Amino acid sequence: MAFTFAQKVLARKADLSHVVPGQIVTVRPDKLLTHDNTAAIARKFARIGVQHLADPAISVVVLDHVVPAANETTARNHKEIRAFVRQQGITAFYDVGEGICHQVLPEKGHAWPGALIVGSDSHTTTHGAFGAFSVGIGRTEAAAVMATGEIWLRVPQSLRIVINGSLPPSLSAKDVILHIIGDLGADGADYRSVEFSGETVRDMSIASRMVLCNMAAEMGAKNGVVLPDGKTRRWLQDRVHLPYVEVHPDADGAYERVIQYDVTALAPQVARPHRVDNVVGVTEVVGTRIDQALIGTCTNGRLEDLQVAAEILRGRHIAPGVRLLVLPASREVLLGALQSGVIADLVSAGATVLNPGCGPCLGAHQGCMAPGEVTISTANRNFKGRMGCKEAEIYLASPATAAASALAGAIADPREA
Amino acid sequence: MERMKSKLVGCVWKYGDDVNTDVIFPGKYTYSISDPKEMAQHALEDLDPDFVKNVRPGDIIVAGRNFGCGSSREQAVVCLKEAGVGAIVAKSFARIYFRNCINQGLPIAQCDAADSVEAGEELTIDFAAGEVTTPRAEHPFPPLSPEVMDILAAGGLIPYVQKKLEGDDKREREADSA
Repeated sequence: MAFTFAQKVLARKADLSHVVPGQIVTVRPDKLLTHDNTAAIARKFARIGVQHLADPAISVVVLDHVVPAANETTARNHKEIRAFVRQQGITAFYDVGEGICHQVLPEKGHAWPGALIVGSDSHTTTHGAFGAFSVGIGRTEAAAVMATGEIWLRVPQSLRIVINGSLPPSLSAKDVILHIIGDLGADGADYRSVEFSGETVRDMSIASRMVLCNMAAEMGAKNGVVLPDGKTRRWLQDRVHLPYVEVHPDADGAYERVIQYDVTALAPQVARPHRVDNVVGVTEVVGTRIDQALIGTCTNGRLEDLQVAAEILRGRHIAPGVRLLVLPASREVLLGALQSGVIADLVSAGATVLNPGCGPCLGAHQGCMAPGEVTISTANRNFKGRMGCKEAEIYLASPATAAASALAGAIADPREA
Repeated sequence: MERMKSKLVGCVWKYGDDVNTDVIFPGKYTYSISDPKEMAQHALEDLDPDFVKNVRPGDIIVAGRNFGCGSSREQAVVCLKEAGVGAIVAKSFARIYFRNCINQGLPIAQCDAADSVEAGEELTIDFAAGEVTTPRAEHPFPPLSPEVMDILAAGGLIPYVQKKLEGDDKREREADSA
């Protein structure tokens, strides 16, 4: 019999010879990721009535959503989390300043091929870029995993998305995934496991593959995955110290659909308000006035993203009246950007560099919007109210498009920047 | 937590496709509000400001495709449940939202009832028969798997896990004394 990636990982984790789509399996995750919601999860854990975590070694806790604390309420939240982590003996705890959970988790060696990762954040799909089966869950079930070490999962149907062709200059993985989401729709992969493959994906850096898997959540996918290759192994070499067994699907596995894309002639893509699948080529929105540009988040806050922006902005200055916010995804990314001069380029061009973290992406602090304002953002969501104001508008784009737009004061085509 | 009833009758609030978690419960409140009653005061705030003013216990939300897409935030389920919503009927659910409903003990049914009912009308969900009845049509819906029904029947994941762990303890004690 031939199986998909999802079937193979879940069968192995459930200790079954094979599993079929639709089957419910009980599995023991290798890692449980939680962030600023850890205090709320800890309170649910306490309600279950268990004293100690079933396995503190699987817990990875990263403070990233509102860091540093914005007020007394969020400071109390962080304090409660630090106490819980100490009390339960969780060693994989990353405090304010380390970065966004989806960047820190792999950097610190908690993601590897074939791993089963669950996280109380919808963008947990990101870790599929390392060949892991990585899925978002809710708070209550995160508490149940803490108590029991187990979770139920439904074996998903699988889609194969095959991407071929070399990306034109000024384009990146963000343009590719926005184009795919625009084509398939916000529920185009609902409950499905999505396997990304093809020569374009092979040519992508690990950081770019993370963009694809991160945004798989925006078409409803349960998980996204890029199968491991030499690049993956090299990236993980000094980070993961346990032996792992890669999981690869069978060539003739039962896929619900195989969808082909050729990106050779793709234009830069932009998602218009207020839907991630409301995608058009940049030329259709060029000239739309902006108040703010945001480069960062778990989607596009990595070194290659900041480098692309710096190349466009070096020696120039952003338009008057525009705020450019830059949030490196982690301390490691920030250090790389400092050492390579990228931060100096961005700051000289007028950028406001913020600490590693989620920043204004969820509308809690550090760059929320006012009524009538427009932001072009490299984040993954542009829902109404997302950045704190329901009368504001968010356009989603690549770091190159966001940087070119900050220069112009309006949405601009990065191919002409 | 209250046990699940096999038949629910309620008044309909109707919405479209892709109702996302940011309009159900805005992200700006996720780390400032932790009391479920306070969460309820912001339910659907950015989609339908009249909802909170007029919702009554047992009302049913009927929607199109991909209900609850977006964030994993469970508050987007809790706020509706605390506001009095008795069940959600949608053409499809985003997967984490689906799980959060089960885990919070909020009954859901997946069918096309939105095609045959208007806001303010009455609708019946029969979980035993797997059928939603509107004033104009009957819509069968797929039964939830036995594993998922067990969680819903227990009133949510926390009571379910409590019961399961008690069972494990009991079996261990029996094994020890045997």
